[in-house]
Amino acid sequence: MKKFFYNLRKYYKYAIYSAKAELKSEVADSYLNWLWWVIEPLCFMLIYTFVFGVVFPNNEKYFASFVFIGLTAWDFFNRMINGSVKLIINNRDLVTKVYIPKYILLLSKSFTYVFKMGISFLIAIALMIFQHVPFTWHMLFFIPIFIVLYIVTFGIGLLLMHFGVTLNDLGNLTNIGLKMVFYLSGVFYNISAKLSSRPTLCFLLLRANPIAFCMNELRKVFLEQKLPSFEGLGIWLIIGILLCMIGVHVIHKNENSYAKVI
Amino acid sequence: MKKVEKENSKKKIAVTVQDLYITYRGLKKTSIRASWSKMKSRVELFPALKGINFELEEGKILGIVGRNGSGKSTMLRAIAGIFSPDKGMIDLHGNSVSLLSIGVGFNKKLTGKENIYLSGMLLGFSEEQIREKEKEIIAFADIGDFIHKPVKTYSSGMYSKLAFAITAILETDVMLIDEVLSVGDAQFKEKSYNKMKELISDEHRTVLIVSHNMDTIASLCNEVLWINDGCFMEHGPVEEVLPKYKEFMKQ
Repeated sequence: MKKFFYNLRKYYKYAIYSAKAELKSEVADSYLNWLWWVIEPLCFMLIYTFVFGVVFPNNEKYFASFVFIGLTAWDFFNRMINGSVKLIINNRDLVTKVYIPKYILLLSKSFTYVFKMGISFLIAIALMIFQHVPFTWHMLFFIPIFIVLYIVTFGIGLLLMHFGVTLNDLGNLTNIGLKMVFYLSGVFYNISAKLSSRPTLCFLLLRANPIAFCMNELRKVFLEQKLPSFEGLGIWLIIGILLCMIGVHVIHKNENSYAKVI
Repeated sequence: MKKVEKENSKKKIAVTVQDLYITYRGLKKTSIRASWSKMKSRVELFPALKGINFELEEGKILGIVGRNGSGKSTMLRAIAGIFSPDKGMIDLHGNSVSLLSIGVGFNKKLTGKENIYLSGMLLGFSEEQIREKEKEIIAFADIGDFIHKPVKTYSSGMYSKLAFAITAILETDVMLIDEVLSVGDAQFKEKSYNKMKELISDEHRTVLIVSHNMDTIASLCNEVLWINDGCFMEHGPVEEVLPKYKEFMKQ
């Protein structure tokens, strides 16, 4: 762990610089490319709002904001998982030519995703203003919720990054897993309202799935003017930190062999 | 007293490699399905280096020679810390090290200037250190206005020139060079060769060069390490080892 923090200090500037460089290169081809960072989540939100607001109507208040907050958290998780599986292989040139702690690659990648999540989050705020959602101090609790989401996702990402080096088809498995988690997370429906007749299942879906949990808590603080569940946040924070510690340990132990395998 | 001290500082060891073993494991890439059935099967091992020993004093220039596939590049990469030894150890006595390789971490959509920072930071330099050297790098690379254009628009020669300039100007205590003396056109080759000589002639810099070009080795190096099929053959002054190696290669 000491080594982890030492490396973090040594390389975080590179991580930031490289994240900036990546974002810049995404818009380098055409200056309007950054618009896609806005258009894409906006379009998905419109699709879900149409399908689940009009075709399958529901009585969720502020439904567009409800969907958008869910999407903001989901997109971050989804990108991180997809990005981490092939991360080492995609950086083959780098990994075989210079020593860099491999989690720095994930860190740098995660910064670009955090940036995109930030954009999506700003749109969500704009949407909430548009829908006249009352703004209260409860909303400030989004910060600890995002931190928990980040740490848990980073921990899972570290482990996937490690196994992605040797397992070729891990990507297929994570795709199935992500699809499942997507539908179970309630991006476009309210788990507790839909499953109110089955409290155990509802509890399980909301608590055992960190994404569903974070989404639900975000909606609570933004749309329902409620406090988040602190014990839930605490538990997931501890799990997230444990995942990160295991991930860092596994990577320290194996990272030197990555260059031989890819 | 002073003389003794000088004697001591001259004898400072910069690189120690002891009983170095590196093995490539045959586990390679596998799939989830395959790893079920492969659980019990034996893993194929390919030993790349089998017990290499040597020490190098600070300021010395070591040429590493050997047939293709004898483990020269593997050893450089191990010294650069890209892989860890399976057995034995490598001690750099606290010196900073870099493997002089072409265009590490370049992002082809970004400009040459931005790539100087990207590549430099990857090699462990701070932004300020790079800023200090930026002008020198740009001047050395000598690619004109292209420095402000995306790297993907470069010709391959310009690409190598920029990449070489970055690694040559951002200096480390121990430099590892893997056959890069032949980049660019004749003029740049001459320039990079001279730069190499200049870098190398710094008495605190220790250099390890892998090359198949005997003239390069003979003119640049003080010592030669010869490895064959991952085994240590000889280590000594150029005049002693190189003729033997040449003789061996003729057979």
